[in-house]
Amino acid sequence: MNPRYLLLALLLVVGVAPLLLPPYYVTLLNYIGMYAMVVLGLVLLTGVGGMTSFGQAAFVGLGAYTSAYLTTTEQLPAWLAWAGTSPWLTLLVGVVLTASVALILGALTLKLSGHYLPLGTIAWGLSLYYLFGTLDSLGGHTGVGGLPSISLFGLKLDKGEHIFYLIWALLLVAIVITQNLLDSREGRAIRALKGGQVMAESMGVNTFRSKMVIFVISAVFAAISGWLYAHTQRFVNPTPFGLNMGIDYLFMALIGGVGSVWGALLGAGILTMLKQWLQDWLPHLLGNTGNYEIIVFGILIVVLMQRAPGGLWPMLTRLVPVRFRVRAQAQKVDAKAAPLPRRQLPKHGELVLEARNVTKRFGGLVANNDMSLEIRSGEILALIGPNGAGKSTMFNQLSGVDTPSSGEVLFLGKKINGLNSREVARRGMSRTFQHVKLLGNMSVLENVAIGAHLRGKQGVLSAALHLDRREEAELLGEAKRQLERVGLGDYLYEEAGSLALGQQRILEIARALCADPCLLLLDEPAAGLRLKEKEALGILLSRLRSEGMAILLVEHDMDFVMGLVDRVVVMEFGQRIAQGLPEDVQKDPAVLEAYLGGVE
Amino acid sequence: MMNMQAQPHPTPHNQVTDAVLEIKDLSVAYGKVEALSGASLTVGKGQIVTVIGPNGAGKTTLLSAIMGVLGSRGQVRFDGSLETLPEVEVMVSRGLGLVPEKRELFTSMSVADNLLLGAFQRHRRGDRGYSETLGEVYALFPRLWERREQLAATLSGGERQMLAVGRALMAKPKLLMLDEPSLGLAPLITREIFRIITALREQGVSILLVEQNARAALRVADYAYVLETGQIAMQGPAAQLADDPRVIEAYLGLASKHQEMLAN
Amino acid sequence: MNFQIAMLLGQDGMTNGAIYALLALSILLVFTVTRILLIPQGEFVTYGALTMATLQSGHPTALVWLLLGLTLIDCALDVWGAARTTHAFRFPKQILFKLGYAGLLAVLINTLPLAELPMAVQALLTLALVVPLGPQIYRLVFQPIASASSLVLLIVSIAVHVSMVGIALLLFGPEGARTQPFSDAGLELGPVTFNSQTLWVLAVSLALIIGLYLFFERTLYGKALRATAVNRMGARLMGISPTLAGKSTFLLAALIGTLSGILIAPITTLYFDSGFVISLKGFVGAIIGGLVSYPVAALGALAVGLIEAFSMFWASTYKEIIVFTLIIPFLLWRSLTSRHVEEDE
Repeated sequence: MNPRYLLLALLLVVGVAPLLLPPYYVTLLNYIGMYAMVVLGLVLLTGVGGMTSFGQAAFVGLGAYTSAYLTTTEQLPAWLAWAGTSPWLTLLVGVVLTASVALILGALTLKLSGHYLPLGTIAWGLSLYYLFGTLDSLGGHTGVGGLPSISLFGLKLDKGEHIFYLIWALLLVAIVITQNLLDSREGRAIRALKGGQVMAESMGVNTFRSKMVIFVISAVFAAISGWLYAHTQRFVNPTPFGLNMGIDYLFMALIGGVGSVWGALLGAGILTMLKQWLQDWLPHLLGNTGNYEIIVFGILIVVLMQRAPGGLWPMLTRLVPVRFRVRAQAQKVDAKAAPLPRRQLPKHGELVLEARNVTKRFGGLVANNDMSLEIRSGEILALIGPNGAGKSTMFNQLSGVDTPSSGEVLFLGKKINGLNSREVARRGMSRTFQHVKLLGNMSVLENVAIGAHLRGKQGVLSAALHLDRREEAELLGEAKRQLERVGLGDYLYEEAGSLALGQQRILEIARALCADPCLLLLDEPAAGLRLKEKEALGILLSRLRSEGMAILLVEHDMDFVMGLVDRVVVMEFGQRIAQGLPEDVQKDPAVLEAYLGGVE
Repeated sequence: MMNMQAQPHPTPHNQVTDAVLEIKDLSVAYGKVEALSGASLTVGKGQIVTVIGPNGAGKTTLLSAIMGVLGSRGQVRFDGSLETLPEVEVMVSRGLGLVPEKRELFTSMSVADNLLLGAFQRHRRGDRGYSETLGEVYALFPRLWERREQLAATLSGGERQMLAVGRALMAKPKLLMLDEPSLGLAPLITREIFRIITALREQGVSILLVEQNARAALRVADYAYVLETGQIAMQGPAAQLADDPRVIEAYLGLASKHQEMLAN
Repeated sequence: MNFQIAMLLGQDGMTNGAIYALLALSILLVFTVTRILLIPQGEFVTYGALTMATLQSGHPTALVWLLLGLTLIDCALDVWGAARTTHAFRFPKQILFKLGYAGLLAVLINTLPLAELPMAVQALLTLALVVPLGPQIYRLVFQPIASASSLVLLIVSIAVHVSMVGIALLLFGPEGARTQPFSDAGLELGPVTFNSQTLWVLAVSLALIIGLYLFFERTLYGKALRATAVNRMGARLMGISPTLAGKSTFLLAALIGTLSGILIAPITTLYFDSGFVISLKGFVGAIIGGLVSYPVAALGALAVGLIEAFSMFWASTYKEIIVFTLIIPFLLWRSLTSRHVEEDE
């Protein structure tokens, strides 16, 4: 089922609701709509981006107070006077102001890792809240009243049923924009933030920029919600912009399902109705004296999180029979899409990667000691050695994840040690990972398309407005091409997490190929594969080699390596102890000792 | 006409009268990957049994499953009683000890504290005899006594290994499982570690040794299993396996060499 | 600002700072061992203070029924758990002890002449009532989700806080309360007069900190908790179960919180919802300590108390803004200096 049908259904319901329901419910739906707007931002920020924010309520306040101040202050300074004439203009000012504040706060907060981030959001969230309450120009704790209502084409939206349409129209636009954004090149970068940052950076994604994007967008959504609130209530005071509301927004996001756009709406709806229901009915059940609502409320959240930590929307979708389920991101590839321009591969036999006397120290431990190696185009080099030999460390020095303590790494003749993994990817080096790093819930096609991130240009705005379709078709077309090249052409639209491990490893290679590299770094690609899968992998790598690719393999599996590669470098205790042709290395006594163990 | 079909050899197995550990058909799956399939082995009381095999064969998975760190299917019978769902803390209390591949030391705590914590469950049970055990551990590892006030993080690789083993011994386990004790250690230290492993057997501790260093392991063990891609490929008395060319093949993939040897 | 005022403010700051330091230590302990940010820490403070006040006024506090109720649920779960294992059913003997304890307290609270009891006994009763709530909350709320993501743990922690505030309103009413000071004397050192309660707070806080230090450094149980915080897997291999660690830390957190409440109740009027802001300041201290270092956390919390006291004098309206905005540079500093490990959730 196409997600657009769900949207249409919602549109219909929304269209008729104010005509059929009593004003009490219309008001309730207004609030649900406004809250859902904020929670949508939270889904983007927390659910997709993995950053927990308690400060969204403060952004709501920014939007509300900007509008309140501008529309009610009699003597605005000359440069601002134009803004006070219409709520639409104050919306513009509010959005710009909130976005600017978000840029500043984001620069501070987004650098925070782990638990510091939510604590940081509490910090500035509380500061802003107290600011709203102390500034006299904002009316202090009593607030500002007498705001005008919004006018749309001459019609004054001063009744609940009227502003209902505006709220829900804006919410639906926001939902569409969010879905568009997530379904694009930028969207893939954003979706890689949670559990895939190292991988994304190695594909050229600027994860800090992606974080900033969703931070600002969620702030803007909150600001718009604040503006709507201000002109619905026509009165603003600090109370709804404090930490309590910030917590409520998070509750809504988690109840609904923090990872899904529709979860935002569901969560906002459920929490609001629940609070109303508890307030209306609990006194009847348990007597009028106690304040039982918040006790029951807290207990319900605990129970819900114990039973359904992923939220209610995923549970609901599971109840729906498979045929009717919404296929997320069912993007089909356009066969007419033009192929992307390709890099000029170096000539066969040309030196592609050179490591000169690379040494890496971790405190007192020397993980890599004076390691040198060369890889030429059109050859496969294997880096082998027993456990703890320092292969992974060496791999990281070569791929830009880590910087050598001394020595140089030259790629296509230029020094790359010290560059970050994004820059290294841009120059034409692509890698896979020892523990497969895929986004399990994304389709195979989209996972591979992340590899082509640097070959695209379309940004946030064109993604949100769906103006990026041509480039998107090209990127997806490239991904399809690579998948067919590696033999996974039949699995384009499957969920990446459902593939067998062998196929997932090949998927990673397709993703690396999507970046159009001239050097592939493969980290234990044969680990955990069954015999047939290893054969398929070996055939693929041979084919890539004959097409002119340079390949570096770190491996343990001797059977796999010896039959496939051109040259072998053997490491032990951080040093190179042998190198050369596979047959020679197999007979080398130093190698035998390293692998089978020392003789007494 | 002679029957050209070779008679199958009877599958060897570790015949013991008193088994401290018996595993039947143990399988572990990580999502899609079957890291271990249908493994069966036995450790007799007072034996050193070793499981060798190339990297990625499933050796650590095997130990983790027995200990209860990982979920598994199959039978684990420890010290005579069947564990349906091994849980780490329960197995420890029943006398099973594990020195994991990563050591898992308390690096910001002193050597002495690390050792004392090994006796935590005994302390909880009211068994105060662990101060005597501490003395025995220090006697076994004099270097730990020298460094007893130092933080575990300051120890060298070999000393860390000794600390990890000493810590496990503090619980007076019936069976001690060691995961690649020679990992990352220089040959000299490896020699010492293996000497100690032999000494432990003298003290009545049964040992299940998982190792990549096949030669050293086969030298100290009584019985050996070879694990390859999650399955027991070979087994037999350690002395026999030490001379078996198939073991070399399992490590270095020299199928051709094997044919060569057969041809001669 | 003359010397007299500075001294008064300083005393205020030190007193509050000492409490914030205790809470910071408690929050740090719970976090390092269980990964849980104990948002409801402040509720233990208010429960301690308000229970003490209730006892002093002679009313048998309804908190004992909460304790009894939670104990019953806890014991029912114990029996259910014992029935479900594949081993032979072993009646969990500990439930007799738990039920006996709760029952005894219920009897004592309702029969003793509460207002006439010596203050020390009242304090003991308060502790006896509130502290068991800690491990019970761990068992009922957090144990089933011990391996959930940090976001879920955080949300659940907040939900527990919300419920506890509601229960506080129910049990103690909307009015604030103050208890009687422990002693009436003051101490004069030259031009400076020390309030006796301030001395009590400082003395008991110091004693508690020393006690905790000795517990963690000298006893095996304390070392076991430290070990769990340092290396969870290593601790499990020593037979230290995460459940035991969780319940123990929550017990300590409840103890520290309740004791803090008893200590400041004579100085500050506490309400059913005062807990959050107090614990938030403890959090600031914990953050300054980088969520790892105990001494820095304690000193940071002390500093917060002093800053709060002095900004009260100079810019009282902006007091809260100052305190909370000050966290941001610390957060930044801490976050940049600690290593970031990508959480694969």
